[in-house]
Amino acid sequence: MIDRDDPYFWRDLFETILKGTGETFYTVGFSLLFTVVFGLAAGVLLVTTEPGGLLAKPFGSRILGTVINRLLDVAVNIGRSIPFIILMILLIPFTRLVVGSFIGATAAIVPLTIAGIPFFARLVEIGIREVPRGLIEAAESLGATRWTILTRVMVAEAVPALALGLSTTVVGLIGYSAMVGAVGGGGLGDVAFRYGYQRYSPEYMFGVVILLILLVQVFQSLGNFAARRLSHR
Amino acid sequence: MISVERVSKSYGSGETAVRALDDVSLAVGRGEIFGVVGQSGAGKSTLIRTINSLERPDSGSVVVDGRDVTSLTGAGLRSARHNIGMIFQHFNLLSSRTVQANVELSLEITGAGRAARRSQALEILERVGLHGKAAAYPAQLSGGQKQRVGIARALASKPSVLLSDEATSALDPETTTQILDLIRQLSKDMGLTVLLITHEMDVVKRICDAAAVMSEGRILEQGPVEQLLTTEKSLLGHALFPLGDIPETDNTIIEITFTGATSDSPVIARLARRHGIDVGILGAAVETIHGRQTGRTRLELPGEPSAVAAAVADLRAQGLFVEVVK
Repeated sequence: MIDRDDPYFWRDLFETILKGTGETFYTVGFSLLFTVVFGLAAGVLLVTTEPGGLLAKPFGSRILGTVINRLLDVAVNIGRSIPFIILMILLIPFTRLVVGSFIGATAAIVPLTIAGIPFFARLVEIGIREVPRGLIEAAESLGATRWTILTRVMVAEAVPALALGLSTTVVGLIGYSAMVGAVGGGGLGDVAFRYGYQRYSPEYMFGVVILLILLVQVFQSLGNFAARRLSHR
Repeated sequence: MISVERVSKSYGSGETAVRALDDVSLAVGRGEIFGVVGQSGAGKSTLIRTINSLERPDSGSVVVDGRDVTSLTGAGLRSARHNIGMIFQHFNLLSSRTVQANVELSLEITGAGRAARRSQALEILERVGLHGKAAAYPAQLSGGQKQRVGIARALASKPSVLLSDEATSALDPETTTQILDLIRQLSKDMGLTVLLITHEMDVVKRICDAAAVMSEGRILEQGPVEQLLTTEKSLLGHALFPLGDIPETDNTIIEITFTGATSDSPVIARLARRHGIDVGILGAAVETIHGRQTGRTRLELPGEPSAVAAAVADLRAQGLFVEVVK
């Protein structure tokens, strides 16, 4: 139990939560970075390697395209179907291999990224699928290379949807990061668990909850705003 | 300029296979505006898409400006496509780009530098009548304006061929006329060969030099429009002048087509006077084809078969195109 009458109580609470927020930003920030890079690639590949897609026959091989498509689809489904708390535990050996430890804010980046990639990949897939087929055809008729079509037509046209997907992913990652915190990943989840739960402090618990609500609100609004500004439909 | 030789294309296989193109041959001369008409599902769309190899035929060849596009792949195909612009029914503009940037896409693809892209895009926009709209987004434009952007994008890289895939089908009649006139003007100014597909006869009337009629993957007839108008049983000739169904009667019914020179002679009065036939007018249509008044009149000729035959022979002797339809 934390002594509420301690003259340093509120200062400690503020500093602890601030430090937790910093850690949350650190883990979420880095996992977001990796998630965006790999999730975007996976999402684009999911759409383009389908039969009739832009990369249905990479290097002239229809089989390769189908294999990539099926493997990605299965991998994404597996990633999405394992509850995060279990994924986290399953990944401990892998995390240790990559980071050297499975405790701490840096170690938390690994499971967050692994959970984030399939999540974002599906959102990318949905966004890119919304790009009308006619636009791709128009670019083809102009003699565009596949890379040009991919970057300047498919992804460029999907940017508003990607912005929304990004904010949804950030919100998801913040949620997951709190879960990692509960098992030694640092951040706001760690604060809520150790101070709020184990040491019975409602002030800490509510402080973290209110902060999480604010963070989610801010990022979702940012995403909505960006999507609106970027869309000229 | 465009030569389609015995092209066939099927979708699916076995029992359910659909023959979209069935041994289609077509020739479009340099600077010509060629229209392919037919109902939806006739294979027009597949045909036009083989010209820039968006669709690959199962057999046959397509030669555009001396290059066999059916045998091209990769960089060769892309460079051939730079020479073949295409416009679409639903415009297919990038919503994320401004009008100017949409046009510049075409020049980015051909590898033009930044300054050249800008000046060429603005120049072509001026030409299609979109001066002052360069910074607008497609969503802010009307249908006609969007198609003008489509035309500008297709022509920015100065191709010698323009393909039009139902480009005016989503537009109202007045806008359709404006867009068709623009295409005609650009074709003349830039020496552009145009192949268009449409289900609207008005398009053929307004701008086509030559036309083909397509149905179930086959070309039923093709040739210069004026020639088709004066061809016995021409589908296009009849479609251009809808006179309705032929009524039930025992009398002979003929249709006279007037073009250019013959359009102002007093045919009917003379028929009555010379042959003593009480001519009945069943229907008439006058159209401006190629800027020339062209008309077709359906007449009922009662009387003795010999007198009627003499009258028809007389009309033909006057240089009129006469078709005995009943």
